[in-house]
Amino acid sequence: MNTPEDSAPKAAVKTIALPEFCLVVLIGPSGAGKSTFARKHFLPTEVISSDACRGMVADDENDQSATGPAFDLVHFIAEKRLQGRRLAVIDATNVRGEDRAEYVRIARRCHALPVAIVLNPGEEVCQARNAERPDRQFGPHVVRNHIRALKRGIRKLPKEGFRQIHELRSVAEMETVVMERQPLWTDKRHESGPFDIIGDVHGCCDELEALLAELGYQVRFGGEGEARRCEVVPPPGRRAVFVGDLVDRGPRSPDVLRLVMSMMAAGSGFCVIGNHENKFLRWLHGRNVKPTHGLAETIAQMEGEPEAFRDEVRGFLNGLLSHHWLDGGRLVVAHAGLREDMIGRASGAVRSFCMYGETTGETDEFGLPVRYNWAADYRGDAMIVYGHTPVPEAEWLNRTICLDTGCVFGGKLTALRYPELELVSVPAARTYFEPVRPLEQPAEPRSAQAIADDMLDLDDVRGKRMIQTRLHRAVTVNEANSAAALEAMTRFAINPKWLVYLPPTMSPSETSEREGLLEHPTEAFAYFRKQDVASVICQEKHMGSRAVILLCRSVDAARRRFGTTGEESGVVYSRTGRDFFFDADKSEAVLARLRSAADGAGLWDALETDWLALDAEIMPWSAKAQALLRQQYAPVGTAARLALAAREEAYRAAALRGVDLDGRDAVAGERVLQAADYAAAYRRYCWPVESLDDYRIAPFHLLASEGAVHMDKGHRWHMDRIASLTVGSDPLLMATQFRVVEPADDAGVAAATEWWRELTEAGGEGMVVKPLDFIARGPRGFVQPAVKCRGKEYLRIIYGPDYDAPENIARLRRRGLGRKRSLAAREFALGHEALHRFVAREPLRRVHECVFGVLALESEPVDPRL
Amino acid sequence: MLLTIETTHRPATDLGFLLHKNPDRLHEKSLAFGRAVMCFPQADDDRCRFALAVEVDPIALVRSKGSGVSLHDHYVNDRPYAASSFLSVAIARALNTAFAGRSKHRQALAETPIPLQATVVPLAARGQEDLAERLFGPLGYAVSTETHLLDPELPDWGASPYITLQLTATLKLRDLLTHLYVLVPVLDNSKHYYVDDDEVEKLVAKGEGWLDQHPERDFIVNRALKRRRRLVREALARLSESEPEEEAGLSERQAEAEALLERPIRLNDLRLRKVVDTLAAAGARRVVDLGCGEGRLLRELLAVKQFEEIVGVDTALRALERAEQRLKLDRMPARQVARLKLLHGALTYRDRRLEGYDAAALVEVIEHIDLDRHPALERAVFAIMAPPLVVVTTPNREYNALFEGMAPGSLRHGDHRFEWTRAEFQTWGRDVAERFGYGIGFEGIGEAHPDLGAPTQMAVFKRAVP
Repeated sequence: MNTPEDSAPKAAVKTIALPEFCLVVLIGPSGAGKSTFARKHFLPTEVISSDACRGMVADDENDQSATGPAFDLVHFIAEKRLQGRRLAVIDATNVRGEDRAEYVRIARRCHALPVAIVLNPGEEVCQARNAERPDRQFGPHVVRNHIRALKRGIRKLPKEGFRQIHELRSVAEMETVVMERQPLWTDKRHESGPFDIIGDVHGCCDELEALLAELGYQVRFGGEGEARRCEVVPPPGRRAVFVGDLVDRGPRSPDVLRLVMSMMAAGSGFCVIGNHENKFLRWLHGRNVKPTHGLAETIAQMEGEPEAFRDEVRGFLNGLLSHHWLDGGRLVVAHAGLREDMIGRASGAVRSFCMYGETTGETDEFGLPVRYNWAADYRGDAMIVYGHTPVPEAEWLNRTICLDTGCVFGGKLTALRYPELELVSVPAARTYFEPVRPLEQPAEPRSAQAIADDMLDLDDVRGKRMIQTRLHRAVTVNEANSAAALEAMTRFAINPKWLVYLPPTMSPSETSEREGLLEHPTEAFAYFRKQDVASVICQEKHMGSRAVILLCRSVDAARRRFGTTGEESGVVYSRTGRDFFFDADKSEAVLARLRSAADGAGLWDALETDWLALDAEIMPWSAKAQALLRQQYAPVGTAARLALAAREEAYRAAALRGVDLDGRDAVAGERVLQAADYAAAYRRYCWPVESLDDYRIAPFHLLASEGAVHMDKGHRWHMDRIASLTVGSDPLLMATQFRVVEPADDAGVAAATEWWRELTEAGGEGMVVKPLDFIARGPRGFVQPAVKCRGKEYLRIIYGPDYDAPENIARLRRRGLGRKRSLAAREFALGHEALHRFVAREPLRRVHECVFGVLALESEPVDPRL
Repeated sequence: MLLTIETTHRPATDLGFLLHKNPDRLHEKSLAFGRAVMCFPQADDDRCRFALAVEVDPIALVRSKGSGVSLHDHYVNDRPYAASSFLSVAIARALNTAFAGRSKHRQALAETPIPLQATVVPLAARGQEDLAERLFGPLGYAVSTETHLLDPELPDWGASPYITLQLTATLKLRDLLTHLYVLVPVLDNSKHYYVDDDEVEKLVAKGEGWLDQHPERDFIVNRALKRRRRLVREALARLSESEPEEEAGLSERQAEAEALLERPIRLNDLRLRKVVDTLAAAGARRVVDLGCGEGRLLRELLAVKQFEEIVGVDTALRALERAEQRLKLDRMPARQVARLKLLHGALTYRDRRLEGYDAAALVEVIEHIDLDRHPALERAVFAIMAPPLVVVTTPNREYNALFEGMAPGSLRHGDHRFEWTRAEFQTWGRDVAERFGYGIGFEGIGEAHPDLGAPTQMAVFKRAVP
């Protein structure tokens, strides 16, 4: 802490080392030159001037009646900047303690250091400057009062809470001072590892040596008494980070300190302060502390240590920081953890949180404070590695992990290798200390993450969202769409734990100009040719209902991986996340048959997984779309049949009488046939379902399995895996016909077109054309992952009985695909992202936000016939 | 859609004069949504049959609508084929002289009742099967209807909503056309255009002389004006001006309707009363109505001064909008508005806005949430919001046996995911209370049956004070 200098200004250039994140409060009488000073040393956006704020609220920078609102604005802006971890400078006289108090409060709320810079060039200078300014003709008493208040208050600045105080006492000093910005000590973002982060040691030096050896460090102690030294040689490039609580309870606390101090001195180690270091330090400083919780052991061990070692330890402990912010901001190490809004900041609250964590204010039956589970609320992107609370196993929760595995209590000593994220541990040789509270055994076998994921937070899905995806960068979801999705999600969708993917919408091929057709393969192939896609796969488009199937090897496997508690061994759900069968027994029966197909295909071992995510079509259409068929499609068919037949009969009778109908009777006859075609078209996709054997399931993507999203593999891989599932075994499972085509190869295109013609003429819906590589980028960016090309008769169901009458089809050709394709791309990116996050075992909210996004985008108004 | 009109009045071909159409020619009238094509399939002295086919342009139907149309309009639908307000417009425009009761060459005949038979095909008789009879019977028609299968090749799909309607009577042609003009859209129960004040004028004008005495008058007016209350009120008032003695009949009918509705209304009132009393008795001041729907409970809560802050939460945006309208938030004094907050939320998510209240009510809500989502609901309400008081009501499944016309095993509402017996509800309640540190009590709401209990069951959870 700099203290105000007593002597007169020196010739030497004064330097102010300013924390790069802090709240600077300029203090000085009117006319001291604060604004000029601020302009010189800070960005215009960093400076919050009370005069400017007066101007903003009252159109006049000198309107004293606007002082209240103007300072509200100053405080508001300051707080917003500090919340965003940006430096702020208050340009106001701030000569009275009560003026400054609010800034200290704001700084503390935002965990920023309050810094005072006092500017006092003397009364004469101030009076002279004000005299030159026509807007400052308020009389000389004002400056005099300011200076009097300033002098009275300056001694109190440290007590008010200012952590740095700089005083500039002359014009010369104000002009020559050099301002340097320094990162906070905790800001070690430039240190990028690799690290080995080591949990609470508590004097267990034997285990620490064993663990370091396991991690590839060579540790050597030598000498006795004053000569005792420790030397550690790390594996090339690696450094150790200790989470604190090096001492107390265990047998060799001094050696642990020796080891850590030597590593820090050698630049191969870091250490943050633990609560036990803090207490030990107070004892070293001679404070009155109770030798409880294992401090007595350390004190006893220190008895034999030379005075020089004590001093060394005192210096070491004095310099320990609250937390380390590492690796570009991706990693935080703090003894008891850290809230997101405290990372890389400094305040008493931050230091206290780092050492003790958060408590609820209650105590448990052992008299220990009840800890608030801050990690369950953690939403940050940075990984937080901590210790403090002994746990039986280190496990991840919302990107945080506790490494205190209770070595001193007979547990083990654990390290986390970063960035590999591997856990390495050595068991305790024995129990050195009986815990007051027995080591917590988990109440249930599910992981902490699974339990935390039981409850999603509305704030993670509500309102306008920007979702970062690895394929499409940020996907924006509008507030209205997320509102619509919330209703669909909560009222109709299955348990979000199962909802790890939703399929994207699919655009048709560009509209065909061929007579009587809206869609034809020519345009689909032309699209991919234009996108420089060398090979595409054409897959038969089944006319059923889209389903996503999550198949687990057993109920246990399902619970383990998906964190569910029910009796289901998987799930089958629709493209909007609804349970497909609405019948648990039927679902399980389907899953059982899929499971035996997967057993037969050896997929579990081949993919080293005990769950699979499949994209499939389930037939018949009528099984799932019964309501749509009976309320929408079939009534249209009936109404058309009745109306058109009656009309034709009337026209024919009139024609028989000799009335000239101008060809209308012939057209009416055609319309009757089209109405019959319409009913025939939907009937093809309807058959009664009495038992499971009446269903047909046609999987076409093997989306993901343990540790892998398979969208990086081509469709041939997918078709091969699926063929191994469907071949010869269960009639419930149906293969998907396909062929691979090069869009630039005319003969291949012609053959595939002919294949499409045969498929559709035989009543098939059509085909889907996809880049063979699954995900493709062309010269114009992201290529549609699939384009559908539907048959003439199938489109009749969609567009109406007489859509292909020449006067109708000509108008239907005017359809825009842009919106549909953009949606398809964004939804694909979100689904892909959801699976990646799930496979990477990210917290459910991170998966859910993507899936929720797909559902939200689906509420965007797009012509549903596309 | 096809309308045919046939007469056996001799010479039957005079029908051509009445309709102002030459029976030997094809007639066509262009309309905003397509065209009307007319011809005479039969034209003898004994029998003459006229046919009017409305050809709706299905593509223009979708495209002509503005950007504010619901996406459902894009799906194929029966509008081009089923008789509807399109037919009414066609009658008014293509048969305008006859519709006005004029005939250039046969004015006397136009004013004479003659034997007429009309056929409309197909007509969506949404709602009741006997509706055609109820609408046309009182006007003196012999009504015959033919129903049609939804799909003749899939007979197990059952009947379609469509009928072929045949009306036979001796009356003026103009009256036949007027009846069809008004009643076809009533049967179809939808209109292709926006219903506004003009529609009241049209209805009053076209209903002159028959609608005011029609036993289904209120029903017809309601449907014709798409249940727009203000318009319906206005039309009914104007229709009854000429017949003040009809008032008695009206109030009689209203009383009947009320009696029919009385039971459920009373149960709902009792339920809300009970919940409000429970909240008030516990001294709650800041209360949350979880799953507030259209705001019935909110209205009751607003009436009690003790509740200083009232929050309604629902997952359905439309319900919240309706609550806002029903509570007339825009016309409420500022001080009242300040007591009420409507929030869009979901009970299976943690919602930080709902923390720190005195009490929460879940009135007929839990049964709308799938059982496998209940753990999330329970945690959100009892562990995270954790108000000192939680009131939960849900149907008592046992009581369903006493509801007439309820199939055994069915549920009271289509969206109910389950309904619980008293034992099931109490087991659930005790388990929740135990897990989350609440005390619990149960009560029935509504008149209790000695064996089956009350129609609604209520649980009151009070947070145990440590």
